[in-house]
Amino acid sequence: MNALLRRNGLGLVAWLAGIVFFLPIAWMALTSFHSEADAATNPPSFAASLTLDGYRDFFGSGGGASPWPALINSTVASVVSTLCVLLLALPAAYALSIRPVKKWTDVLFFFLSTKMLPVVAGLLPIYLFAKNAGLLDNIWLLVILYTSMNLPIAVWMMQSFLAEVPVAVIEAARVDGARLPTVLARVVAPIALPGIAATALICFIFSWNELLFARVLTGVVAETAPVFLTGFITSQGLFLAKVCAASLVISLPVLAAGFAAQDKLVQGLSLGAVK
Amino acid sequence: MTATTTAPLAATTARTVKRPPARLRAWATRAPLLPALVFMIAVTQLPFVATLVISFFDWNALYPKARHFTGLDNYRQVLTDTDLRHSVWTTVLLTVAVVLASLVLGLVLALLLDRRFRGRGIVRTLLIAPFLVVPVAAALLWKHVLYNPEYGLLNGLLHYVGGPQPDWISHTPLLAVEASLVWQWTPFMMLILLAGLQSRDQQQIEAARVDGASDWQIFRHLTLPHLRRYLELGALLGSIYIVQNFDAVFTITSGGLGTANLPYTVYQSFYQAHENGLASAAGVLVVIGSIIIATFALRVVSSLFREEVSRA
Repeated sequence: MNALLRRNGLGLVAWLAGIVFFLPIAWMALTSFHSEADAATNPPSFAASLTLDGYRDFFGSGGGASPWPALINSTVASVVSTLCVLLLALPAAYALSIRPVKKWTDVLFFFLSTKMLPVVAGLLPIYLFAKNAGLLDNIWLLVILYTSMNLPIAVWMMQSFLAEVPVAVIEAARVDGARLPTVLARVVAPIALPGIAATALICFIFSWNELLFARVLTGVVAETAPVFLTGFITSQGLFLAKVCAASLVISLPVLAAGFAAQDKLVQGLSLGAVK
Repeated sequence: MTATTTAPLAATTARTVKRPPARLRAWATRAPLLPALVFMIAVTQLPFVATLVISFFDWNALYPKARHFTGLDNYRQVLTDTDLRHSVWTTVLLTVAVVLASLVLGLVLALLLDRRFRGRGIVRTLLIAPFLVVPVAAALLWKHVLYNPEYGLLNGLLHYVGGPQPDWISHTPLLAVEASLVWQWTPFMMLILLAGLQSRDQQQIEAARVDGASDWQIFRHLTLPHLRRYLELGALLGSIYIVQNFDAVFTITSGGLGTANLPYTVYQSFYQAHENGLASAAGVLVVIGSIIIATFALRVVSSLFREEVSRA
């Protein structure tokens, strides 16, 4: 009886913690559907009538800059860089797991060590290079940088996923006369595919979130969604509903990708160290 | 970076086979790796070498002709400049506070989630959500929607209980930045620690319970030692990410009110003050700090990794 009560009590505490942590997001969502006047009241108006004005305002009907170019830029930078990462990381992971090169652990740790080099370490030369090469405000420069930012994580994750493919199965297929492409497509891919998908989603999240490179290296044309959001840093009168709508819309792809990759999220974030 | 490979053994077997094909085969094995390796060296290592070189020059971008070699002068300036010294201190304070707070909170949440209760999946999802808000959006949410002294949610809720109405960001600027980061990073710590909890040896725990060990004894003598490396990993990875934090400082305080950390200072000194040499020296200092953390991080990752490989 006592144990039962205690277990339910702790479950209740867990629920409470979950609600406290989620509250800011829930409040952000509610505020985004309020009118600007209702959004900026003290005490807060929980039951104010709902409207889509905040979203209309955000998407540019209020005369402000349209977020569409920034959203498109972010999509291009995130999706293309993720594809590049997969293209580079898959063969590399193959050479580090299924048919490992000599000293493959050293190579793996080299990739990891580059991830520990802070972004600011290379920011200035990259900026100077981009300026001289005429690549400032160019979305393809971000694609290259985001690829390098995510490649180590991807190599680590995919190495661990490919290592899960039993060698005996691959060898059996080879003995049966299957050629390498067939082995990859029929044997390796089905086992490793969920992991590869999760890797892609995590790379997408990191690229979509990135601010420092985008802020320094883009201006008008190649501005990404986080840079667009920095336009809301200084208050502009009553604009809470608009800020909430903007933050929510721009976070939606990340929330969706994150929940889709939930099970493999830890593995990606811990660079494959935790399964 | 300690790696125990069977390289010598592989080399001798390779030598017994006819020579050209063996070498050819070695290259065929290496080939898939090369594009990724070359790309990484070109995009991450070369710029850092350039930063290192620039850090020895007195170079203001507005006066390019006056550029000249100054040796360690920039470093002397970075380390003696009170603003820059302050930003080093701020970086340490911010990182330590956020990592410790989110680690402790993350541990509590992970322990709560490790038990069975109704709606556990939903609670887990609710708890992960803060980590999946775009960092700039999260910072804006805290700055405008929660902290605003006139109509922010925090003061709104305080209003109900008749509490004070502080101006959070002006009164406690660093704490304001830290709180928003703790909110975002606690889920990260929770996920890592939860993975650690779930990899415990359940039979051992059962056996201890049968032998009459209390919950606290099990936690103290079985769970905590097992979690140690996961705690280390969370702390180190968290440190690596938070030492580099730019988004929250840039958004919430714009580096004002004494919250400028090193990444923000580097950004400001070349983007606004055009002091390329100084910015590079500060950047190199960030790297040195990161390398110190990273050495430990790599050791932890490699010990977990080796255990994983030997288990497989």
